Amino acid sequence: MDKMPKWADVILTPLISVLLAFAISALVILAIGENPWMALKTMVTGALGSSYGWGFTLYYATNFIFTGLAVMVAYHASLFNIGGEGQAAMGGLGVALVLLYLPLPHWLIALPVAMIGAAAFGAAWAFIPAWLQAKRGSHIVITTIMFNFIAAALLNYVLVNLLRPVGSMDPASARFPDATHLPKITDLAATFGMTWGEHTPVNVTFFIAVLACFLTWLLIWRTRLGYEIRVLGRSEPGALYAGISPVKITVLAMLISGGFAGLMAINNVMGESERLVLNAVEGAGFIGIAVALMGRNHPFGVFLAALLFGFLYQGGGELALWTSIPRELIIVIQALVILFTGALDNMVRMPLERMFLSMRKRGDA
Amino acid sequence: MAEPAQHLGGRSATAAPAAIELTGISKAFGPVQANKDIDLRVERGTIHGIIGENGAGKSTLMSILYGFYKPDSGTIEVNGQPLSITDSMTAIRAGIGMVFQHFKLVQNFTVLENIILGAEDGRLLRPALAKARGVLRRLAEEYQLNVDPDERIEELSVGHQQRVEILKALYRQADILILDEPTGVLTPAEADHLFRILEGLKAEGKTIILITHKLREIMEITDNVSVMRRGEMVASVRTAETSPEELAELMVGRKVLLNVEKGPASPGAPVLEVRGLKMVDDEGVERLRGIDFDIRAGEILGIAGVSGNGQTQLLELLGGYPEKGSTVSGTIHMNGEPLDVTGTRSDARTRRKRGIGHVPEDRQTEGLIMDFTAWENIAFGYHDKPEYQRGWLMDNDAIRRDAQKYMEDFDCRPRNCHLAARNFSGGNQQKLVVAREIERNPDLLLIGQPTRGVDIGAIEFIHKRIVELRDAGKAILLVSVELDEILSLSDRIAVMFDGRIMGERLPSETTTGELGLLMAGITDTDRHDPAEGIPPEHQYVETTPEERV
Repeated sequence: MDKMPKWADVILTPLISVLLAFAISALVILAIGENPWMALKTMVTGALGSSYGWGFTLYYATNFIFTGLAVMVAYHASLFNIGGEGQAAMGGLGVALVLLYLPLPHWLIALPVAMIGAAAFGAAWAFIPAWLQAKRGSHIVITTIMFNFIAAALLNYVLVNLLRPVGSMDPASARFPDATHLPKITDLAATFGMTWGEHTPVNVTFFIAVLACFLTWLLIWRTRLGYEIRVLGRSEPGALYAGISPVKITVLAMLISGGFAGLMAINNVMGESERLVLNAVEGAGFIGIAVALMGRNHPFGVFLAALLFGFLYQGGGELALWTSIPRELIIVIQALVILFTGALDNMVRMPLERMFLSMRKRGDA
Repeated sequence: MAEPAQHLGGRSATAAPAAIELTGISKAFGPVQANKDIDLRVERGTIHGIIGENGAGKSTLMSILYGFYKPDSGTIEVNGQPLSITDSMTAIRAGIGMVFQHFKLVQNFTVLENIILGAEDGRLLRPALAKARGVLRRLAEEYQLNVDPDERIEELSVGHQQRVEILKALYRQADILILDEPTGVLTPAEADHLFRILEGLKAEGKTIILITHKLREIMEITDNVSVMRRGEMVASVRTAETSPEELAELMVGRKVLLNVEKGPASPGAPVLEVRGLKMVDDEGVERLRGIDFDIRAGEILGIAGVSGNGQTQLLELLGGYPEKGSTVSGTIHMNGEPLDVTGTRSDARTRRKRGIGHVPEDRQTEGLIMDFTAWENIAFGYHDKPEYQRGWLMDNDAIRRDAQKYMEDFDCRPRNCHLAARNFSGGNQQKLVVAREIERNPDLLLIGQPTRGVDIGAIEFIHKRIVELRDAGKAILLVSVELDEILSLSDRIAVMFDGRIMGERLPSETTTGELGLLMAGITDTDRHDPAEGIPPEHQYVETTPEERV
């Protein structure tokens, strides 16, 4: 028998964790002499109170969905992919090369080609750690972290020495051709005669991210490859017994994982900045770990967790803008959310389990 | 059906207090009632058996007695004194010693160091070591508990390691010795030696509690026996006044067929031919040193042996997944066609396609994915079958239909294929694995430890299915450390020792004694009179087929 009903496991536990994190954040805000209620109000109105706020929240969430899915897929194979940051950065390079050097007349054509470029570069960056893990047993956590630094250094070199337009002082690529610009959601709304989220970066990539969630669910729970990934994640001796090659599945899972991380570049590089800039990923690769953890490695959970972190990002920006609460505090709040939903998960879960058990006992009696 | 708890006659008349008297002991883990209102009286100077299926609550009860768990209710009296045992130190001070199923020894310490561990009596080791050496010499003389005190544990055989555990308890002046499944890891000869040690201890006035699931051991050595079923003590009887059949019925709660009903085999053409199979593991240790055997259609070949003599490696190699980094040589033919032994097509998937089913020895890490549902496990290893695919996706409905059918065929309970494998009992987990492999109708079934950790009712069922598969003309390779299982199921028995097959015997023409010698690596015996000219420590009590249970 399961210890508690599924809804309590999937919804109630993270919800209580988040509330606890917010409660402690409130104490921190009180301690620095600010009003937590005002802070919360600023965050909520700033992130969710207008279509403008939503535009940013959804934009950030789109990034986090991709990096969250990346961590999630690898996690099902029991691989901890910390390298989303580097893989997303390399995805950006893939997008930039495709858009700068291929003649792509329309965004509808540019989008699939850029997606292939982004996913291929992200996957390629994940391939080397995956191969080292599968063949040589080099721990993937260590290698993917190292590859984050290598990616950052490589992009630095490429941007400064190769992609930077002649005469520019800015370590960034040239702007992508106008024809390849992705429609923003605000443009789509305008075609239906609505005004929604003007001057916000959220673009059609958001719909791709939602579709990616669904496809990931299919992949993990409905395909043979997903089955084999889950088997390997649970038991390597079991995989061998069933004739599943750990080498093949490790590499495939990491390729898919790196591909998702790379796809994030469609949102931030192609959709938002429309050129490749230095440090374009801005930590979203690491947020993906928290998103996957909090989403309990389920695509729907990843989607919800990505929305929460999108809200925290946007709300935090608003907090810094309108109050005297320092910007750093939002990092504290994010850290608390990660701490409670990830590391301290059992602290909430165990009392809940005990509560449900005693409730069931009483029900049986 | 089992009667309500029977109690030993003359209990109130005994003047001397019992060594141990438990009254109304209950212990629950969450919703699981592990012990329910247990009464147990162990007389001084007797060997008292506690028998029950896996999960009947034997180990919980003993852990309570040794202070690992605190009972929810009930009282404990030791030698007539009420005692609250809060930790194992209290238990040791009260004279209770425990020999665990999995030894608690430091592998790279010497025997002497292990014995004083936790009983150093001071900051310096030297006096304690000297004292222990003296005590050890005395104990060795008194009870034939011979072990070299300066040998490292890792150099000792399993039987000797167990002696060290017993010595540890005796060194702490244990009067009451609890042994948890002590013979699981021993050869018959070692088990026999252990029993003689226990009898010696009993003669010295020690009290021994023997926890086991083997009926034969109970009948052989105990004075009294208590039977547990589902957390309850269902009977306490004198061993002389009961029978294996009665005990089995009390354990399971219904009549059980102890002997496998099996007609003579009618072997056909060879299905599996193994020649010169060798395997060296990644540390350079030769695990298989040239194995040759055939299995014919409609025949069960049993491989007997103490675990760790290459059986696991043989099964894994035949199943298509030899240990990582090992080198393999030799040939295997399946239905006359060679199998790829070392190349890229030597994996488990290809083996299954060639008609080899495999019930692995370790069902919890290999045979099942414990977090997966029963239906997902029914597809395990067969998930790439065409009938389970629907375009790009898997046809989960088809798998669930099969799962439902297999679970009905094999009486797997609860009959809910959406439950995770870990929520089934050991016996039902094994039924899931056996169902999955047998229902695919393999030409050859590899089956390792088919009934380890499986309750008697399920054992009976699984044995029946194995024999049915044989009668359907399939070849079966059975590996088991339970000699009784090998003897009752096999049509032919091969004994493995140190990576070799020491010899093949027909079950009708051999005895546990002879097999026991082969398992210990001794071959030069007269097949028809094994007891003659054998050193006493290798002799083994003969059992007739009726007694084998």
